[in-house]
Amino acid sequence: MIKKATWIRTVVLVGAVGALEVVCRTGAIPATMVIAPSAMVTALVETLKSDEIGAHVKQTLSAVAVAMTLSIIGGFLVGFVLHWIPFLRRAFNPFLAAYYAIPHFAFYPLLIVIFGLGPAPLIVLATLFAMVAMIVATMAGLDRVPRVLLKTARIHRLSLVQEIWRIRLPAAAPHLLSGVKLAVAYSFIGVIAGEFILSTSGIGHEIAYAYDNFDNRRMYALILFVLGIVTAFNMAVYAYERRLARRRGTA
Amino acid sequence: MATRLASVLAEAAHKVHARLDGVTRVYPPRAGQGEVHALGPLSMELRAGEFFSVVGPSGCGKSTLLDVLAGLALPSAGTVEFEGKSVRGEVPDGVGVVFQEDASFPWLSVEDNVAFGLRRTGVEAAETRRRVDFAISFMGLNDFRRAYPSQLSGGMRQRVCIARTLVLQPRLILLDEPFGALDQQTRLLMGEELLRLWRETGATVLLITHALDEANLLSDRIGVMSARPGCFLDIVETGWPRERDSRLAERPDFGAVTARLWSYLRGESLRAMGQGMPQGAAGR
Repeated sequence: MIKKATWIRTVVLVGAVGALEVVCRTGAIPATMVIAPSAMVTALVETLKSDEIGAHVKQTLSAVAVAMTLSIIGGFLVGFVLHWIPFLRRAFNPFLAAYYAIPHFAFYPLLIVIFGLGPAPLIVLATLFAMVAMIVATMAGLDRVPRVLLKTARIHRLSLVQEIWRIRLPAAAPHLLSGVKLAVAYSFIGVIAGEFILSTSGIGHEIAYAYDNFDNRRMYALILFVLGIVTAFNMAVYAYERRLARRRGTA
Repeated sequence: MATRLASVLAEAAHKVHARLDGVTRVYPPRAGQGEVHALGPLSMELRAGEFFSVVGPSGCGKSTLLDVLAGLALPSAGTVEFEGKSVRGEVPDGVGVVFQEDASFPWLSVEDNVAFGLRRTGVEAAETRRRVDFAISFMGLNDFRRAYPSQLSGGMRQRVCIARTLVLQPRLILLDEPFGALDQQTRLLMGEELLRLWRETGATVLLITHALDEANLLSDRIGVMSARPGCFLDIVETGWPRERDSRLAERPDFGAVTARLWSYLRGESLRAMGQGMPQGAAGR
């Protein structure tokens, strides 16, 4: 049996897409502004069939994958060290609190000067953008490990490594997973938004290029493609998170 | 089996299993307050195989006493011994502890929770299975082997924690208000199960509780603690038979023991209320 919330969500989504289709088809919104969703899908299929898009997709996704990996692993390690060493944490806390107030993309030209053209500045930008979310989530998770579980670790005479591996990390897992989810989303945003600004290739650049040339069909097709990929990624992480939460009775 | 256990227990009856000698615990000064003298000087001997309860007013250092005895906290002065060996900041082999807070691991099933301590001690797989099966059925968890703690009630989760301690076959079991968060009926039933566990394992038990009836029913001896800094005002011998259950409460001398405990504690509890609790000194 499908839940009420799922019904409402489906009705809203189908209704919105249907409404957009109608207003586009009747000409209430001109095709120079938005094209009908069905036309977006057709355009997407055509775009994906063309030879040249593959290289852009590959470049964007590999940059996202590298940024994601670096930000998740790096963010976890930095968060862990800051949790473990209180004076370092006190020193860095103000930076972490103000971090997302900084317009990261303003530094992109500087990153190009340092790292040259190519994927490196994009990866650095996306990693910097995503990593702090993982750092904050890691610290939050480790801070909230109940004291009684740490006492239990001592009763079982676990070594420090065993205590971390068998108690602290599993207890912090829900927070760590929230950090992973954010890092995934921010890596996509970082790479694609970076490509928009200065890159000469990648999906973000292709969208901007199509926009500059009034090529609405290609632009919306690529936007739909990005939406699809990000949604698929998020749903995979979400499904895993749900499984974990159901088991712990927090779903 | 029963006669052998009885003779072992009789022989062990006055053997000292654990000893605290002149133990104090002082917390260093913290923001806004001076140092807190939480416990002692306090001396006591736990006899092998006895059921000893500790009662006292809130914040008198009962949990600190347990932490020091378990090796979870260092005494500021004095010595702690378990089976003749000094205990200093490390939990000795043969000591099991159950806390008031839920200490089950939410990411493990009941079975894996119970087996947790055995899987890393190098006990053979077959022996692990045997001990886990025994502890699970002893605590009445057979129908919940594959359940996760979130699917269990508070009382059942506490059983999981007791079973997890039981598989390690501890010779000294320390319980820090393990039924504090449970309703009255569940407390009574859990108390009876604890008695059964004590009788059948022959372990020495130290129970921290604030429930006088519970201490009276379960214990051979009850240590009554003063308000902070906690010291023993008296150690009351109940004289109950080893085979006992909640029907003990119907006896007239049961009421007399509870009344005696309360006569000590009333004044101390009033004193503790007047004293107020410094932030952070309680429950450590």
